[in-house]
Amino acid sequence: MALDRWIALVLLMICLAYGYAAFFTMDATLPPFMKLIPVWPSTFPKVLSVMAVTCAVIILLGLEKGAQEPKPADINYRRLTEYKLGQAIALLLRPAGFLVSTVGFLTVGGLILGERKLQYLIPVAVLAAGLVWYLVQQVLGIYLRPWPFFILGAGG
Amino acid sequence: MLEGIMIGLGTAFSLTNLLMVIGGCLIGTFIGMLPGLGPMSIISIMIPVAISIGDPSAALILLAGVYYGAIFGGSTSSILINAPGVASTVATSFDGYPLARQGKAGKALTVAAISSFTGGTIGAVLLMIFAPALATVALLFHSAEYFALMVVGLSAIAAFAGTGQVAKALLMTILGLIMATVGEGALFNLPRFTMGIMDLQSGFGFITLAMAMFALPEALYLVLDPARSETGSGSSEIKDLRITREEAKAIAPVIGRQSIQGFLIGVLPGAGATIASFLGYAVERNIAPKEEQEQFGKGSIKGLAAPESANNAACTGSFVPLLTLGIPGSGTTAILLGALIALNVSPGPRLMIDEPQIFWAVIISMYLGNLILLVLNLPLIPYMAKVLAVPRNYLIPFVLFFTLMGAYIGQNNATELLILVGLGICATVLRFADYPLAPLLIGFILGSMLENNFARSMQLYDGIGFLIERPMTMGLLAIAVLLIVLPSYRARRARLRAKGVADAD
Repeated sequence: MALDRWIALVLLMICLAYGYAAFFTMDATLPPFMKLIPVWPSTFPKVLSVMAVTCAVIILLGLEKGAQEPKPADINYRRLTEYKLGQAIALLLRPAGFLVSTVGFLTVGGLILGERKLQYLIPVAVLAAGLVWYLVQQVLGIYLRPWPFFILGAGG
Repeated sequence: MLEGIMIGLGTAFSLTNLLMVIGGCLIGTFIGMLPGLGPMSIISIMIPVAISIGDPSAALILLAGVYYGAIFGGSTSSILINAPGVASTVATSFDGYPLARQGKAGKALTVAAISSFTGGTIGAVLLMIFAPALATVALLFHSAEYFALMVVGLSAIAAFAGTGQVAKALLMTILGLIMATVGEGALFNLPRFTMGIMDLQSGFGFITLAMAMFALPEALYLVLDPARSETGSGSSEIKDLRITREEAKAIAPVIGRQSIQGFLIGVLPGAGATIASFLGYAVERNIAPKEEQEQFGKGSIKGLAAPESANNAACTGSFVPLLTLGIPGSGTTAILLGALIALNVSPGPRLMIDEPQIFWAVIISMYLGNLILLVLNLPLIPYMAKVLAVPRNYLIPFVLFFTLMGAYIGQNNATELLILVGLGICATVLRFADYPLAPLLIGFILGSMLENNFARSMQLYDGIGFLIERPMTMGLLAIAVLLIVLPSYRARRARLRAKGVADAD
């Protein structure tokens, strides 16, 4: 089965769960006075879930035929693990502080992509992190904890 | 109207706003030139900056400047290294790159800049005429008509997705609408579909979703596909920016025709700059004399001028439904709509009356933006083109970093980053499978408006009676159904005919 139909299957499951919630569980918590009005919080989701399930089934069964053959995949799916880097910065931001996590992120990102000249990479990363921190903190006035959590004197 | 134009001139020519236009154009050109980064990613990265400015007209002027700059930058990279940064400049590379290879890169850039300028300017003038007229008509609309109009807009976007893609585009649109129902709606004050997670109480963040749909998959594609970010050896000398009188005479009618055609296509929801540029190229090739037709694709300046003026005029045209009806016709204008709502401005027919300074300042600044691109950017292009030589090992981490930063600054909440990365992975997988992502975002942004208008009409008419009682609603909904059914029906007939089966009619 092609990837797009697998995805349609997953989306179908999500939409069915959504539809189940809309049709059977949502109305139970509705206050009695709201039952008098013609439109309930679940009305629009009910319509949506029916339409979404129909579309997903059409794709899943391949009822709509494409004009062209599927083009061969030109990208290696397996390198997707590199994406985890983004989560790392999200998890690190609070304990490690902005400057450390950003410098780390930029450097490790460059290393993964194959850059080996650390004498350029690290200064560029430090400069960029400092510049962005300055702009965000001083110019835009949004607070970012600059240093790791144990250096409290720096405004932790 | 004249009064409005004067207010707009006053706002647009204030020092801050002038700086915004200049800054926006420069940033847009700079980033737009980087291969693989389209205007949607750039605008979504810039939104947090724009929102923190606080003044809606300045923010919108900045974003419009970025939009123009990105389109201009995209054509630069398609001419110089045959790597269009944006789908709408693919047609530019057909003739622009051959010209650059003949050593006429400077001339090609000038032709592109002049055509963009003229296309954008004619578009801005047409916008001045069309938008107020449309806004007057739109004032007659009630919530039932708005509901129907949004349905038409959403189905048009799905219908333009191409054969074999309508169901996918439709599913993505509905998925966007579904995501919009998460959180507390304004109408009911009840949390819906939050699954007990506190962070979902206020729904998905629009900036987070925009970044996850465009900026993050784009950056990831650059990682996965080294060929996309190939910097190439195109950084040859750019000299001789002048064009001759004969060449100017040859391209003048092309630019005139394509500006008007491009604008009209841009006004249609779902069509936008990409279709305008391809159609413009095709039309000009078909009506050119025989000997010139052979030149198309080998470095014809007419073939370069046509898509350039068409795509800029279409960009301007796409602001008409945004500013007058509050309905975005393309992914980019949908992002702009989200930014406007975040800034407490509600676009629609009342915008022109309630906040003329925003409405007219944006239109005037579009014109200014075009002028700046021509006067300021063109001489700087030889220097700016150096950015094409930035190695991808540096480029990609920076793009990823700015994406994450953007989402964080917008919400000031680290959970947003986790949601962003999660949605970004889903978006990338969806892109692998050829699911279009723009409909999802447009559906998400229109979702709450659609539901509010629907609920309001339901309450006013005590049920779904409004569908029958208001003929205009009925008519619009019929158009929506036709838009969706027609492409599949035509594809089916074409298939049957190919098989040799006789038509029923």
